Amino acid sequence: MARSQPTDGKKLQRQLFAGFFRVGMLGYGGGPASIPLIQKEAVDTYQWMDEEEFADILAIGNTLPGPIATKMAGYIGWRKAGALGMANAIAASVVPTVILMVILLVSLASFREYSWVQGMTQGVLPVVAVMLGVLTWSFLKKASVSMGGTAAAGLAVVSAVLIEWLGLHPAFLIAALILIVLGRRSRT
Amino acid sequence: MIYWELFLAFFLPGILGYGGGPATIPLIEYEVVHRYNWMTVEEFGEVLALGNALPGPIATKMAGYIGYAEAGIPGMIAALTATIAPSLILMIALVGLLMKFRDSPKVKQLSAAVRPTIAVLLGAMTIRFLETAYEGSGALHTVLIAGVSFYLLEKRSVHPVWVILGALLYGALFLGG
Repeated sequence: MARSQPTDGKKLQRQLFAGFFRVGMLGYGGGPASIPLIQKEAVDTYQWMDEEEFADILAIGNTLPGPIATKMAGYIGWRKAGALGMANAIAASVVPTVILMVILLVSLASFREYSWVQGMTQGVLPVVAVMLGVLTWSFLKKASVSMGGTAAAGLAVVSAVLIEWLGLHPAFLIAALILIVLGRRSRT
Repeated sequence: MIYWELFLAFFLPGILGYGGGPATIPLIEYEVVHRYNWMTVEEFGEVLALGNALPGPIATKMAGYIGYAEAGIPGMIAALTATIAPSLILMIALVGLLMKFRDSPKVKQLSAAVRPTIAVLLGAMTIRFLETAYEGSGALHTVLIAGVSFYLLEKRSVHPVWVILGALLYGALFLGG
């Protein structure tokens, strides 16, 4: 894919920033929720790529670990405008919301000794629990669709025993699972 | 050294979290709360709640804030780099190779295989948050807030911002004593 001409380089960088800034500021519900927004900017608004290409990139992004939104932003930025485009797109999607977080939490922390601020912390815990519970359920459901209920339940029980009771670092278990899947692939 | 620890704490979740940012949350909690003891469960919950109330990718908001809280701007950069760079570098380097395998069912198995484990980690975190809420504000408030927010979020599809703002207000009014 040809990089853009130097003459419209600045305009492209501006567009990359504007597109991914909107994605970052409008995407509620974490990175996966912002995928349709990225598609809208990349395919419809700026026509950096067609729909099929976008689907390919998304599929590849999903085969790799880590947050999906920054992988998409970084890769699209890199493909359209090199290393600078990559840094630009990532910064646009990440930095504004991180700054918001820091401002909010730091100002909240300066009121920490007030009992009503401690009450706020307490009040929000059950909501976080509900959101995590819903997320847990969606992962379990997806797991039982993709590998069958028995296998998913079995793996869940084994994971629970190893991590929660035997204190195994989750990294070892996840790495082992990845190696098992990859090992199987070479045989077929 | 704090920058190296921050890098490690966010490198592992970034490289092991299949299923996007939300899948990395329990891995981040494991490092931040249990391994390095930078935060208590309550503090982590507060950061997570505010992160969920704000737009944008959740993993980078968590990394950016925790990095900043532990070691200022350089800490923020270390944590963000660890979250973003490894998987992005892999993607850019392997895109040609991965293109060939993108429809392979075996590749899809990769994220499928770790899902039950991620679910267990998320479930364990859910229980820890409920326990902490119960210890702090008792069964009645915990069940009430959890029940109402579940109803609003899941049954009425109310935006999380409003539910979290509501819970903050409820906490300030009734749980501050």
